[in-house]
Amino acid sequence: MFEEIKKSLKVSIWFMFLTFPIMVIKVNLTDKVIIWRWKNLILVGIGSFFLSFIWRYLLERKAKKAKKEEMGIGQTSIFLKIFNNPKYAKPLYIIFLLFILAFPFIFSMYQTNIMISALIYVMLGLGLNIVVGLAGLLDLGYVAFYAVGAYSYALLNYHFHINFWLALPIGGLLAAIFGIVLGFPVLRLRGDYLAIVTLGFGEIIRLILENWDEFSFGPSGISNIPRPSLFGINLGVKESTIFIYYLIVFMSIITIFVVNRLQNSRLGRAWIALREDEIACQAMGIDKTKTKLTAFALGATWAGFGGVIFAAKTTFINPASFTFLESAIILSIVVLGGMGSIQGVILAALIMILLPEYLRAFSDYRMLIFGASMVLMMVFRPEGLIPSSRRKYEYDPTKR
Amino acid sequence: MNKKEPILDVKNISMHFGGLKAVDKLSLQVYPDEIVALIGPNGAGKTTFFNCITGIYEPTLGDVFVLRDGKKRRLNGLKPNKVTELGLARTFQNIRIFSNMTVLENVMVGRHCRTKSWVIGAILRDKKTRQEEIETIEYSYNLLEKLDLHKFANEMAKNLPYGAQKKLEIARALATDPVLLLLDEPAAGLNPQETSELKDIINKIKEEEKISILLIEHDMKLVMNISDRVYVMESGRLLAQGTPREISQNPEVIKAYLGEEHA
Amino acid sequence: MDYFFELFFSGLSKGSIYALIALGYTMVYGIIELINFAHGEIYMIGAFTALIISGILTILGFNKISILILATIGAVIYSSAYGFTVEKIAYKPLRGSSRLSPLISAIGMSIFLQNYVLLAQTPNFVSFPELIPEIKWLEPYSSFLGSTDFVIIVTTAIVLVLLTILIKFTKIGKAMRATAQNQVMAALVGVNVDKIISVTFIIGSGLAAIGGVLIGSHVGQINFYIGFIAGIKAFTAAVLGGIGSIPGAVLGGLVLGWTESFGTGYISSDYEDVFAFCLLVLILIFRPAGILGESTQQKV
Ligand SMILES: Nc1ncnc2c1ncn2[C@@H]1O[C@H](COP(=O)(O)OP(=O)(O)O)[C@@H](O)[C@H]1O
Ligand SMILES: [Mg+2]
Repeated sequence: MFEEIKKSLKVSIWFMFLTFPIMVIKVNLTDKVIIWRWKNLILVGIGSFFLSFIWRYLLERKAKKAKKEEMGIGQTSIFLKIFNNPKYAKPLYIIFLLFILAFPFIFSMYQTNIMISALIYVMLGLGLNIVVGLAGLLDLGYVAFYAVGAYSYALLNYHFHINFWLALPIGGLLAAIFGIVLGFPVLRLRGDYLAIVTLGFGEIIRLILENWDEFSFGPSGISNIPRPSLFGINLGVKESTIFIYYLIVFMSIITIFVVNRLQNSRLGRAWIALREDEIACQAMGIDKTKTKLTAFALGATWAGFGGVIFAAKTTFINPASFTFLESAIILSIVVLGGMGSIQGVILAALIMILLPEYLRAFSDYRMLIFGASMVLMMVFRPEGLIPSSRRKYEYDPTKR
Repeated sequence: MNKKEPILDVKNISMHFGGLKAVDKLSLQVYPDEIVALIGPNGAGKTTFFNCITGIYEPTLGDVFVLRDGKKRRLNGLKPNKVTELGLARTFQNIRIFSNMTVLENVMVGRHCRTKSWVIGAILRDKKTRQEEIETIEYSYNLLEKLDLHKFANEMAKNLPYGAQKKLEIARALATDPVLLLLDEPAAGLNPQETSELKDIINKIKEEEKISILLIEHDMKLVMNISDRVYVMESGRLLAQGTPREISQNPEVIKAYLGEEHA
Repeated sequence: MDYFFELFFSGLSKGSIYALIALGYTMVYGIIELINFAHGEIYMIGAFTALIISGILTILGFNKISILILATIGAVIYSSAYGFTVEKIAYKPLRGSSRLSPLISAIGMSIFLQNYVLLAQTPNFVSFPELIPEIKWLEPYSSFLGSTDFVIIVTTAIVLVLLTILIKFTKIGKAMRATAQNQVMAALVGVNVDKIISVTFIIGSGLAAIGGVLIGSHVGQINFYIGFIAGIKAFTAAVLGGIGSIPGAVLGGLVLGWTESFGTGYISSDYEDVFAFCLLVLILIFRPAGILGESTQQKV
């Protein structure tokens, strides 16, 4: 015990030293004053003292768990047991669905709007989940396809008055084409290089949108994008918000349906095989390029849909909505949820988008917590909140 | 016996890594219904040879031909997945199973190159896709039964014991419906009982499935026991070839290879 | 012609800074094959530490040269400490896991550090004091070579020489090279691999801090976000030269600096960052091993 306290004390002193200039001192050169914030130092000291206990405890627990699993007696969490047992899972899903359907009638417009954003992220997360979670391709420029979708609708509408319903498939298609065109040259790169190149692509697209005024109207963006109409009837703000809400609910359900079918298909197995071992995968007769491109294009399609809906929801877009940070948020949704896990991604998207909205005090710290939770998740629970599980195929040899 | 055309015909193949000639002008044939062994000390270039003919490396020089359905095809420069489609299936020296998939799914992945459904089929799950899926499951399950792995069917592959993982790799390779099975050190790490089971499996594959086998192996007892012919490699070159008897009596082989183990 | 030389030297000084940051990427990659995404933030923290120290010293009335020296030393110490800590927290527990995990952890760390500085200091740009004094005898050439550029180029050159000596001739340098070649073998012959990895992070971070101080006084303002772009550019430089190769990082940095400088000078200044990203994408597609790197085949 004494040893442990000594260790934590050391950590605490180290972190007080480490955070001293940035957390404690603030210099104002114009007024020539130095502000000393000693309170922060004390907070860091106490905080790191206690956190270091937790840190070591969790690391130990993880090591123990790994050892247990090696010996084949790993246990699944209660969480997983519930999700994997149809007896409990079915009613849970139904209650959740009813709640989602009733949402606009229970809560205010403001909250419905927040929920729309959250559901857009559910869609984006599930789309990226195809690329990162299933196929194992780390795409850090996913937001580029989101931008393609949003700008397709905004520009097509601006120039040709194309309406939302036509723009939705076009946006998805254009994003898919972008995915293929960008993906083709880069998909043979090794994992971490692919990450950087996609990041580069994402930034190039954003910079072009920002600087090519004649095409994209530069940083000021495009406004007055029409909301979707219903059978040609233009709806008021409130009705159209509710309408968009149900639209995005519907789209999310479609997405879940499609991703679920994909991941338990020949193609889905090829993706996972690719993620697990590229060389063995090829040796099984799987065309690496074609399989990767399909994942890339399908993932992009969903980003494209999401972009069109986003543009219709906000009625205004500019390049600032499509920064790397956005890609990072979507990625962290996939990672926190559990790569390849549909339930996980949905849960993570809802937590990540709704929590900071409802805990206002929290919202300044939102990105800080995003970052920290990505690290912590990788260190302590790389499989995510709800780890993905593979389908069990029933086969009864007697019924041949 | 050698009057038939070879299934695998490798002519003067070479693979260079910078200055290192890992495989140097090697020729090798495998005929139908034959078990051929490729032996040689560690670092002789055996695995590299496998990688060359399965498309993982592109050989620097030489030709590789395979005979499938009466047609002879050149494999050089083809991607590994094409090579598999043409009928060569392999296992790896260091196990490469898909750890986070179930055992059955691992084998189902092997059926990939003999099935067709793609995005639309996966989403719509039309009749054809469903039929294909059922056939895939059935085929894969049957293979698992043959290798006595069916009791693990829905286990995660990473949770299998080592010996079962090695068998799973063989099952997965068989699922691609090959004409020739390439096994890279299948007995390495197995206990005697598992090794004898492996021997039966290899014989069964040859007898029942009519698949020829080319195997790399260090277990001399196993090699001498099951192979029809043996090739010996040393430092990338072919040292000798012949029946197990001839090889075990070849003075050069004894000196270069058996010598160091039997000394 | 003056214009050409102006662009040449500004490219050279910019490239030198990219090189200083790129070295950290390359050294870390050489040893643990990880793109240390948080490296750009280490550099940003170096710049902020220097800003804070120099702010205090300016108010206390120290002279420019001593401020420059003390601020640099402080920045190097703090950046190294951060680099060391980041490795211990975000990467070390992940050794031996899949390749994606540490990369994601690194991205998380990068976002965390950015927002840490944003919250603890300021979300706005802050002006960085001019630490580098005018050099009198450079005046005749001032139309194309400013004092700051000159100091940046000379400092980088000195640092590179010292680094080369460290890696070529010292015991720790040899251990670093051995670890980069083959970790398992290095451990077998008695190298303390954990320690070498820490040392690598410390050295890389220290170099980035020097870059941070230099760029701060060059550009005149910094914010919490400067590490992101600079980090990606430095990574581009590292890849351009051949990741894992130290001379490669320097060469890559210079090539990138010139590309940007001439690109903005002769083509368009709106697309400064686009040049770097395009260069990155093109290299990775056409020559993933980089200028000085040699392509190897993965062993199966
Ligand atoms: N990708 C590669 N790059 C460089 N050298 C390689 C590569 N693959 C194999 N080698 C070298 O080729 C030689 C033969 O290796 P290998 O084929 O694995 O031998 P074996 O399987 O007979 O033990 C070894 O010296 C090995 O180091
Ligand atoms: Mg071998």
